[in-house]
Amino acid sequence: MAGVAGGGGGGSNDFQWCFSQVKGAIDEDVAEADIISTVEFNYSGDLLATGDKGGRVVIFQREQENKSRPHSRGEYNVYSTFQSHEPEFDYLKSLEIEEKINKIRWLPQQNAAHFLLSTNDKTIKLWKISERDKRAEGYNLKDEDGRLRDPFRITALRVPILKPMDLMVEASPRRIFANAHTYHINSISVNSDHETYLSADDLRINLWHLEITDRSFNIVDIKPANMEELTEVITAAEFHPHHCNVFVYSSSKGTIRLCDMRSSALCDRHSKFFEEPEDPSSRSFFSEIISSISDVKFSHSGRYMMTRDYLSVKVWDLNMENRPVETYQVHEYLRSKLCSLYENDCIFDKFECCWNGSDSAIMTGSYNNFFRMFDRNTRRDITLEASRESSKPRAILKPRKVCTGGKRKKDEISVDSLDFNKKILHTAWHPMENIIAVAATNNLYIFQDKIN
Amino acid sequence: MIRWLNFHFAVRKFSAINEMEDKVISPEKVEEAKLKARYPHLGQKPGGSDFLRKRLQKGALLSARNDSRYKSFANQLLEFSADLILCYLQKYFDSGDYNMAKAKMKNKQLPTAAPDKTEVTGDHIPTPQDLPQRKPSLVASKLAG
Repeated sequence: MAGVAGGGGGGSNDFQWCFSQVKGAIDEDVAEADIISTVEFNYSGDLLATGDKGGRVVIFQREQENKSRPHSRGEYNVYSTFQSHEPEFDYLKSLEIEEKINKIRWLPQQNAAHFLLSTNDKTIKLWKISERDKRAEGYNLKDEDGRLRDPFRITALRVPILKPMDLMVEASPRRIFANAHTYHINSISVNSDHETYLSADDLRINLWHLEITDRSFNIVDIKPANMEELTEVITAAEFHPHHCNVFVYSSSKGTIRLCDMRSSALCDRHSKFFEEPEDPSSRSFFSEIISSISDVKFSHSGRYMMTRDYLSVKVWDLNMENRPVETYQVHEYLRSKLCSLYENDCIFDKFECCWNGSDSAIMTGSYNNFFRMFDRNTRRDITLEASRESSKPRAILKPRKVCTGGKRKKDEISVDSLDFNKKILHTAWHPMENIIAVAATNNLYIFQDKIN
Repeated sequence: MIRWLNFHFAVRKFSAINEMEDKVISPEKVEEAKLKARYPHLGQKPGGSDFLRKRLQKGALLSARNDSRYKSFANQLLEFSADLILCYLQKYFDSGDYNMAKAKMKNKQLPTAAPDKTEVTGDHIPTPQDLPQRKPSLVASKLAG
């Protein structure tokens, strides 16, 4: 069956996705802390980081391909895990500050160590992950167990030798960027200059320098003087992948603003304003809620950006502000369920979206552990499921279909049978290959394309 | 998240005539009618300020906090609590328990066992280390298992 491709190397778009690995416990009773809240590959794709509601980060590393086992295309195994954020309490407001990791963003690698930014609602932390596989033996001034030797008793000098030791991966917090956000942080984005990054909350966006923790510049502030006049909030923000002066932010009203930091210090006035005109006669109570953008991502090329609202994914050309160039329906069948989705709060779920390495395909999640992929060239789309049933090694994933009408074909699932508690909000695509990571509540699934 | 029923916004003037002329009613409008039937007081602007303010302060009973009646109640409660504490402190000092406890602390040898960490009342004068942690020891993620 035809699948939707990433543009890896081959030209063919007809290939299939296979199960590779699943991480996490199988138990029915999912602890709140185990729910995965973010997934992110690093720039090379060798490392895959996840954050959860318990404030923990787990990093997986891809194993080197084994010539004797050509089938295992490099599995991801645990590399490091640490507690990034802890629960806190804001005494002034009598509010708990959740330790849930909202976003993780990797820094480009500049030396042997790896760096990532992780954030909860209020505090961003820069973590250094480094390896240690050697230790020195034969010090002159101290014994092997660390005790200092009496310098007057030393009669001979020796040169310490480096001996191999079991690999130890250490994570240490190098910077803590705190106290800059009154509202909840929803996005962080590393700039292409590799020196600065932005953090966005509901009403403000701040610009930080990676070396400076006691100061940040406020570059966007949409808080009205009178809070009664508040009409929209910032939902996501991202720096342009190549132009270090350009960033975008999306709103709860379905609009995107592109700002240029060269034009003024405070970017309250946008340089470009992206909004799709709406047919006023089709407006309903739900219109604004479902138009709220939950994620915005630039393409790797920097020419396009993609936005995710409740029912669709839109691709915008940065040169055209008045409408998107492509619109993909994720789960249009939910339009006739909006009333119940409003009542059970699912209408407020924030789905993310991602591009593949060549920008030829996009992926986003849905309910019932379904996730959708769209090939921008062939316009084909596919729905796949992350489930333990189809989790045999290298098992090919079968496309799924939701039926809306009365007659349900075999293998189809009806809209009313969808499990709205099984939502796939976070997905990630390897930057170069056709490997995807899908977070299904407390489990992380890794799928690869089939090797022939 | 608590469903917010908005009683403060005016109901939208619904053009009933237009609706009847519109032969094909979109599924969204059907859903909207269902919602209005269940919650007749639901306001006109769901994206309006009250709804967004709730989003900005998730986790708190926010509406009450801005109310002046809540504020005056909170102040009264604070004063009452402070008065109560003063009364108890007065009694504690007057009864001589405080002096006894101080004397005991001075006479104590270095403890062989750590003081009971759960006991924070009575003779034991609590220190920050003795108070129970907000969360028990943090468990490793099952993804790493």
